[in-house]
Amino acid sequence: MKSLAELAAIRDKMRQTVATRDDKASVRVVVGMATCGIAAGARPVLNAFTEDVARRALENVMVTQTGCIGICQYEPVVEVYEEGKEKVTYVKMDPAKVARVVSEHLVGGTPVAEYTVGTISK
Amino acid sequence: MFRSHVMICGGTGCTSSGSDKVAEAFENEILANGLENEVKVIRTGCFGLCALGPIVVIYPEGSFYSRINDSDVKEIVSEHLLKGRPVTKLLYNETVAEDNTIKSLDETAFYKKQVRVALRNCGVINPENIEEYIGYDGYQALGKVLTEMTPDEVIQVILDSGLRGRGGGGFPTGLKWKFASSNRGKVQKYVCCNADEGDPGAFMDRSVLEGDPHALLEAMAIAGYAIGANKGYVYVRAEYPIAVNRLQIAIDQAKEYGLMGENIFGTDFSFDVEIKLGAGAFVCGEETALMTSIEGHRGEPRPRPPFPAVKGLFESPTILNNVETYANIPRIILNGAEWFKSMGTEKSPGTKVFALGGKITNTGLVEIPMGTTLRTVVEEIGGGIPNGKKFKAAQTGGPSGGCIPASLIDTPIDYDNLIAIGSMMGSGGLIVMDEDDCMVDIAKFFLEFTVDESCGKCAPCRIGTKRLLELLNKITSGNGEMEDLVRIKELSEFIKANSLCGLGQTAPNPVLSTLHYFYDEYVEHIQNKRCPAGVCKALLNYKIDQDKCIGCGKCAKNCPADAITKTTYIAPGHKLPSLTIDPAKCVKCGACMDGCKFGAISKG
Ligand SMILES: Cc1cc2nc3c(=O)[nH]c(=O)nc-3n(C[C@H](O)[C@H](O)[C@H](O)COP(=O)(O)O)c2cc1C
Repeated sequence: MKSLAELAAIRDKMRQTVATRDDKASVRVVVGMATCGIAAGARPVLNAFTEDVARRALENVMVTQTGCIGICQYEPVVEVYEEGKEKVTYVKMDPAKVARVVSEHLVGGTPVAEYTVGTISK
Repeated sequence: MFRSHVMICGGTGCTSSGSDKVAEAFENEILANGLENEVKVIRTGCFGLCALGPIVVIYPEGSFYSRINDSDVKEIVSEHLLKGRPVTKLLYNETVAEDNTIKSLDETAFYKKQVRVALRNCGVINPENIEEYIGYDGYQALGKVLTEMTPDEVIQVILDSGLRGRGGGGFPTGLKWKFASSNRGKVQKYVCCNADEGDPGAFMDRSVLEGDPHALLEAMAIAGYAIGANKGYVYVRAEYPIAVNRLQIAIDQAKEYGLMGENIFGTDFSFDVEIKLGAGAFVCGEETALMTSIEGHRGEPRPRPPFPAVKGLFESPTILNNVETYANIPRIILNGAEWFKSMGTEKSPGTKVFALGGKITNTGLVEIPMGTTLRTVVEEIGGGIPNGKKFKAAQTGGPSGGCIPASLIDTPIDYDNLIAIGSMMGSGGLIVMDEDDCMVDIAKFFLEFTVDESCGKCAPCRIGTKRLLELLNKITSGNGEMEDLVRIKELSEFIKANSLCGLGQTAPNPVLSTLHYFYDEYVEHIQNKRCPAGVCKALLNYKIDQDKCIGCGKCAKNCPADAITKTTYIAPGHKLPSLTIDPAKCVKCGACMDGCKFGAISKG
């Protein structure tokens, strides 16, 4: 180790990895991973969220999963819980849509209305 | 990028209850489900709740699974990791609320009042991966002192923090460093770490080595910079294989990353650490004996002065600190002295790790702010005494310490309070005793340990402790006289005043403190030849209640000494003659009483 900068670089890289173990999260992204969700392709969605959130080092966001959310026809379903705000439910998600949800909603603070259950079920 | 981390305790406690197999099962099952690129399995250090091992914690949810077998793994993988449904029935029950929602660990009685400073990374990181340590600000403190602080400034921060040695004595760490700080760069100096940890029942230091070895290495390098030493030794007993192995891995990785070796961070500071294995003699935990042992001689103490700060290892100025003392250092450097002083009490700032053992529900490792009362530790964190028994006393300080009776359970634990009530902090063993423990027997247990471990160099300790033990044996075998209590006191004071090292100087403490707080129990042994707790065999009498005995004869069958025979007496309402025990033949094994379904046999 020749400099503090080198140490800081390793730390920052590792922060992304170990952030999974922090419970500082104020935002929870929950991917429905019951049989219906998995069959509809929830796993790539879950992994896309994990990667994007880590890449952007969003330490306040926790990506997790749950069982059947109960609206199987709309799987993959993703719910975003934010302290003090109403839950946002995204439906028929795919990895391509994830990037927008991360940048506009998780970073920008504005839910992507066109992917939400309210829009799509209409 | 892994979306989930499965942390499996690889500390000594959980390893002995099978966590290795659990970890393997997880790895296999994760492969079988094709999750190997999504879920990572990590073996960590101790979570503290050893009573419920093996422990598995799954992130990001932080689900805390307890007592996990390899046969539980399939379900956890398919339900939790694949489908996202934590397996509630396998979770630590304190984390599951009545409505089946999952509470955070910090809300459980065991963890709520704990504050983890020395143990901050135990159970949180993979101790065999230096990058994980760095991810939690590891080696930042070393970087800070080398690039921003002078050695004297480092010592000043440690002085200001009020940190006191966690190895037992409670000596101010900053002061110790200051004493060794003159002539930097002119003479060879050493930084040593005491990881001998020989107290029966203690495993705090071992857990730090197993769970967070880099914290120790970083702190030793900081100490080296502060006093002007370029070489460190960790003295650790060979009986701690997991700790030794992880420490060696840590040293190798630190060297590979240039965090140890020549010109660290491009400065002219160089530092290297070597492990010295001890053979497990208690006396080698004493500082001068430890250094003698590192030098390759028989581990015997020598008189002080000269103190190690002047003339220590290889006759050079040396500082020796305990593992837990070191584990606090990086945090003090990063967060400042004021932060450290905000925890604990005025004269004992910070936290202390205790190994909770004996008659307590949550045996394990706890870290509490100094000043926490014994009651909080026993009743809340420890979960109380099992089987509805009553708290009788707690022993702190191991064989050098003393007991704290129930009447003093509200004592805030810190160095000075414990000394004031005749015990001491010690390195952190805390053994809880209930009404079934005989205090004379407990004193005997610790004294037997010191008699065994006395190195024999000085007569007061070698001969004195042996004679003291004989006096205790006399009492527990029913031959004690009241004058023996006077002799015990006199001899104890003599041993304390005249022994060469701390081993002898403190060996009588368990005897003196039990004699002080449980005098009546000693007297009962002597005058009435009775052991109130029913422990001292020679004083036990097993008796059959003639009216309760139905004459089934089971006790006679169980008796290995043929001491039980039939009488001619038939109790009213019974058909067979009752039995009786011949005290001359009875070996007091208790087999009769254990087998009697009618509660007709008692001891006393
Ligand atoms: C018989 C005996 C055994 C000891 N065993 C230990 C031990 O296992 N670990 C330890 O850190 N200190 C032990 N000590 C205390 C050490 O001599 C020394 O005070 C301590 O390591 C200094 O470090 P500290 O100031 O950080 O506590 C023992 C002392 C005596 C007299």
